[in-house]
Amino acid sequence: MSVTLKINGETRTLDADPESPLLWALRDELGMTGTKFGCGIASCGACTVHWDGTPIRSCQTMVGDLEGAEITTIEGVNGKAAEAVQAAWNELDVPQCGYCQSGQIMAASALLSETPKPSNEDIDAAMDGNVCRCATYARIRKAIHLAADKMEA
Amino acid sequence: MLHLLQKPLEAQKPSRRTFLKMSAGAVGGLVIAMNLPRASRAAAGSGELAQPFVHIRPDNTVIVLSKHLDKGQGTATGLTTLVAEELDAAREQISVEFAPSNPQLYANLLFGVQGTGGSTAMANSFMQYRQAGAAAKAMIVAAAAKEWGVPAGEVSVSSGIVSHSSGKSATLGELATLAAEQEVPAEPVLKSPENWTYIGKSFPRLDVKNKTIGAPKTYTMDFQRDDLLVAVVARSPRFGGKVKSFNATEAKKVPGVVNVLQIPNGIAVVAKSTWPAIKARELLEIEWDDSEAETRSSEAMFAELSEMTAKPGVKVREDGDVDAALEAAARVIEEDFEFPYLAHGAMEPLDIVMKFDGETAEFWFGSQIQTIDHNVAATVLGIPFQNVKINTLWAGGSFGRRAQADAHPVVEITTLAKAMQAAGMPPAPVKIVWTREDDMAGGYYRPMSAHKIKVGLDENNNVTAFKYNIAAKSIIKGTPFEAMLMKDGVDHNMTEGAHDTTYAFPLMNMDQSFQETKVPVLWWRSVGHTHTAYVMETMVDRLAKEAGKDPVAYRLEMIKDDPRKVNVLKLAAEKAGWDKPVAEGRHRGVAVHKSFGSYVAEVAEISFREDGTVKVEKVTAAVDCGTPINPDNIRAQVEGGIGYGLGAILRNQVTLVDGVVDETNFDTYEPLRISDMPEIEVHIVASNEAPSGIGEPGTPPIGPAVANAIAAARGEWVTTLPLTKAGLV
Repeated sequence: MSVTLKINGETRTLDADPESPLLWALRDELGMTGTKFGCGIASCGACTVHWDGTPIRSCQTMVGDLEGAEITTIEGVNGKAAEAVQAAWNELDVPQCGYCQSGQIMAASALLSETPKPSNEDIDAAMDGNVCRCATYARIRKAIHLAADKMEA
Repeated sequence: MLHLLQKPLEAQKPSRRTFLKMSAGAVGGLVIAMNLPRASRAAAGSGELAQPFVHIRPDNTVIVLSKHLDKGQGTATGLTTLVAEELDAAREQISVEFAPSNPQLYANLLFGVQGTGGSTAMANSFMQYRQAGAAAKAMIVAAAAKEWGVPAGEVSVSSGIVSHSSGKSATLGELATLAAEQEVPAEPVLKSPENWTYIGKSFPRLDVKNKTIGAPKTYTMDFQRDDLLVAVVARSPRFGGKVKSFNATEAKKVPGVVNVLQIPNGIAVVAKSTWPAIKARELLEIEWDDSEAETRSSEAMFAELSEMTAKPGVKVREDGDVDAALEAAARVIEEDFEFPYLAHGAMEPLDIVMKFDGETAEFWFGSQIQTIDHNVAATVLGIPFQNVKINTLWAGGSFGRRAQADAHPVVEITTLAKAMQAAGMPPAPVKIVWTREDDMAGGYYRPMSAHKIKVGLDENNNVTAFKYNIAAKSIIKGTPFEAMLMKDGVDHNMTEGAHDTTYAFPLMNMDQSFQETKVPVLWWRSVGHTHTAYVMETMVDRLAKEAGKDPVAYRLEMIKDDPRKVNVLKLAAEKAGWDKPVAEGRHRGVAVHKSFGSYVAEVAEISFREDGTVKVEKVTAAVDCGTPINPDNIRAQVEGGIGYGLGAILRNQVTLVDGVVDETNFDTYEPLRISDMPEIEVHIVASNEAPSGIGEPGTPPIGPAVANAIAAARGEWVTTLPLTKAGLV
């Protein structure tokens, strides 16, 4: 079965098992490995991408459901919020092992696009699905506030 | 981890031996006669100055070769900081790569083999990498002096620019080719600490940019090649189980599946990509032979441990007749502790890539003990050591998981390669992927343990005797590490942080007993300290209460002869406002512990939610890790170490039912999440002492600090972890 969708603005046709998760189509079929495999059951957020701007877990999103969808991955994410988030992440040296950070950045970018000035509670609510085993959470919080400031400036 | 192995043993060249003997030999290691390997002229034709630890290229880039795996702890940046400091390179021109596997050049000076662990990276490299930078600088300076016809003493280097008062100047890169022809100085002169511009100041991490854009080719999981095959392995659900029979008919029908092969560790499904392999594995029909497997439940295993602690064991510490002293005591406090198996749960599940063409093998993975991985690969494949090449890649976490004594991922992939060869498959690179379930249910846990404590007190509530019996499976007994790390049958990895306590108990004895089980166990961020710090620091808190003393004041009295510990405890207490009353609704607890040469004190401030569960609000930490190399990374490691330890004590445990693991993913082994993360303040002690560990030492104190805060509120200490068992989470 083939599915036509937009990934990072480009039209792509995936010739894949419709039950194949988007995660593996991105990584193995399209060679876009920025989106990470962490748990496979939507419990860790490492595979977060945007579907029409909304953060989703690509490990539980099946290719067969994506006809016409607009998907954005870490390789293609851009715009004011994403750029502010990436800059803040660099400024505060957020990552340690870094494996979860693509997902963290996708989730944080989506949060700031919706809520440009989030409170700590907003951050916790939006980011609770994104696990970081290095526990860089304190810096993630700070970096999201910093990114919000950058967007305002 | 291997921090007890401080002395290189007899010289021994890696060669093919039997599996165990070879690995033990590998750990026995090589004599490292000098810190700075001599070597190195320009790599032929490249025009670069190529030394073992630093390459300076004509294009003015500087590459530092990290002999240590970076799995998030910042070591690659740390080692680069040392070279940049002595070389006076600009940060913008410098980058880092992982060194090849070569124990002659890149051994951990504390292990004798190439490997990372035990928070030793900076401790063993501090002089070596500075010397490497200083030697390269001396060669650059000699080259400039020759080129310009001036005395070397008049040439200076600053931020990557070499200059002379005559106005002549050049970049490091412009002088690299000529520098490569200069003598490598035997004893390069190091800078005085007061002249440091990077060490102790700021040197941002080198890996952050790539990790914020999803850059390709960073992690093993991301390894790609057109001819790459991907394998997943069906392993026994019970530890020690073996395949009795299997049927792969349905699995082989899945499009993309290339082959299904039996290997010693299970059944491997080899496919063109990951998803078909995972899908096909579910269609395998396998009958397992559990005749030699662990079939007990964790409850029964705890009961066994508990019985063991009631009996004498191997003497770890014996100050005197502790039973007589307890008999004579005015009263005795007795407490039993239980700690569960813990999974490491690194974000990147285990993975490994290898290509074997029948004569040579090349690996790509986050190898943590390269020399063992290298030796095991050569042994299993039956090829010479020099025919194996290991490319070390960034690891998405480890926390100890990638530092196996048995190199089991290497065993699995090399036996798979042989099976592929035997099946007539053409040589192709293959990647074994562990799914989260494979990783979490696959063992190599922090050992479960039981601890029985008896403390004798006199009429004035002073301690007269401290008896500590511990039982657990040894991480090192029966492995290649045993010969090196166990002395007189004692495993100090299990008891570190307790038998060597500096609390001034007049009499302390410690016994250990070893549980036998097929469940493989491994070092988990801070190893023995993960349980001993909890036991010691909650017991001391209790003893302070018995003595009617403030927990900080009592500790200070009891650690008088340990000035660095006193110092961090005072600093954490001061910064946390210990002398002031805690805010309404909040409760405070403190813990201080030395591990991996470093001292960390933590004050935890907690509150209780309406449902009675604990919320950790704030942690104030003070750390003395010797000379601070990269203060921001020290803060990051302590923040992360606290989070890692906190998640574990709150709700993590791996349990078995009839030998089968219950918790197989993050839904049941619920990790710390951002909403659990307290505010954290880290204060670093200024120090001129040699640098010591920082990857692990932040972890041990958080459990007891939180438990002591709970006790401050409720009057009793939790002795069975995780806190979910006490209804506190």
